[in-house]
Amino acid sequence: MSDAHSSPYLAHHFDDMEQQSQAASLGMWIFLAQEIMFFGGLFCGYAVYRLKFPEAFSAGSYSLAIGWGCFNTVVLIGSSLTMALAVRSAQLGRKAGIIKWLVITMFLGCVFLGVKVVEYSAKFEHNMIPGRHFEFHDDGKFVVAGHGDHSAAVGHDEPVHAEVGEPADHHAAEAAHGEPTEHAEPAGEDNGHGIVEINQGEVELFVGFYFMMTGMHALHMVIGVGLIIWLLVLTAKNRFATEYYTPIEMFGLYWHFVDIVWIFLFPLLYLIGRH
Amino acid sequence: MSDTEHHVCPVGLYLAIFGALMVFTLLTVGAAYLNMGVMNNVVMLGIAIVKAALVISIFMHLKYNPKILWVVAIGAFVWLGIMLALTLSDVMSRGWIPNQPASWL
Repeated sequence: MSDAHSSPYLAHHFDDMEQQSQAASLGMWIFLAQEIMFFGGLFCGYAVYRLKFPEAFSAGSYSLAIGWGCFNTVVLIGSSLTMALAVRSAQLGRKAGIIKWLVITMFLGCVFLGVKVVEYSAKFEHNMIPGRHFEFHDDGKFVVAGHGDHSAAVGHDEPVHAEVGEPADHHAAEAAHGEPTEHAEPAGEDNGHGIVEINQGEVELFVGFYFMMTGMHALHMVIGVGLIIWLLVLTAKNRFATEYYTPIEMFGLYWHFVDIVWIFLFPLLYLIGRH
Repeated sequence: MSDTEHHVCPVGLYLAIFGALMVFTLLTVGAAYLNMGVMNNVVMLGIAIVKAALVISIFMHLKYNPKILWVVAIGAFVWLGIMLALTLSDVMSRGWIPNQPASWL
């Protein structure tokens, strides 16, 4: 504390606060680079098998509740906004602001995970979980894989859903997003009826990717929610100041990274069988 | 350096980025209902990359950070690209050789 650059927050092995902060940022970004490779392995596996079984992946994607997927995308991007505002409050030294935005971020994270519980339980209810009892609802022989030809002829999307035998929650979800179905066009690359023959085992593979990818993502969120609790405790104990809020800033990077993973997961899992 | 690294963004900028991310989400959902063949994937991934770039540059403050962090962040995606490119160039080219044993596929 004799030095002008010295601060009670400065660890003894750093020259000054700036060096300490930059070392933390560099370490965090290298950790995130490693995380990108970790999720990248899952995305790579997804790409390989989707190239191999495109129709089955579309059929599996069509069975996911797009309404919940959209809802969760909004919730998670919203939580990134509140996290950015929490870091901003920390920069300005506003303790009440940090606590408010962290609590909202945690709440939105929990909403996301709650929706995931609803989605997962619908899949469990319909035996759409990889394993020996896996079922795709029309015996895996034929599926209307989201091709609008059929629904356009019927003029209503309900019967198509009944035929595909989708989870019940899909109806509600689709109702909220029923409008885009009108833009649906007849299947181009399949046969003219919008009916695609798929193999149940291939859909099972898609569902396996779905559970692994969203599961690893959800695990990151559970860890994130735990870390927010830790940050709230530190904030309440007045451990941060305008010159030192590195844990909040680094956690922000982690939370935004988890958001980015979802930005890619959402279209690749929910949106590939819609047209 | 510290004033660049600890740049305080106005709230309006964060709200604008959030708004842009919502617009891109709407676009990607809308585009998913149009049958554009292979372009569906291009549009979907293109929008996702733009969204990720917005989150990384503004929410994650990379724009205001020292260049060394840009190197790490961009490097991470370059390594990811190498992994995807090498894997997919193998997988996608397996059918190109005639009369190959089934075990190769």
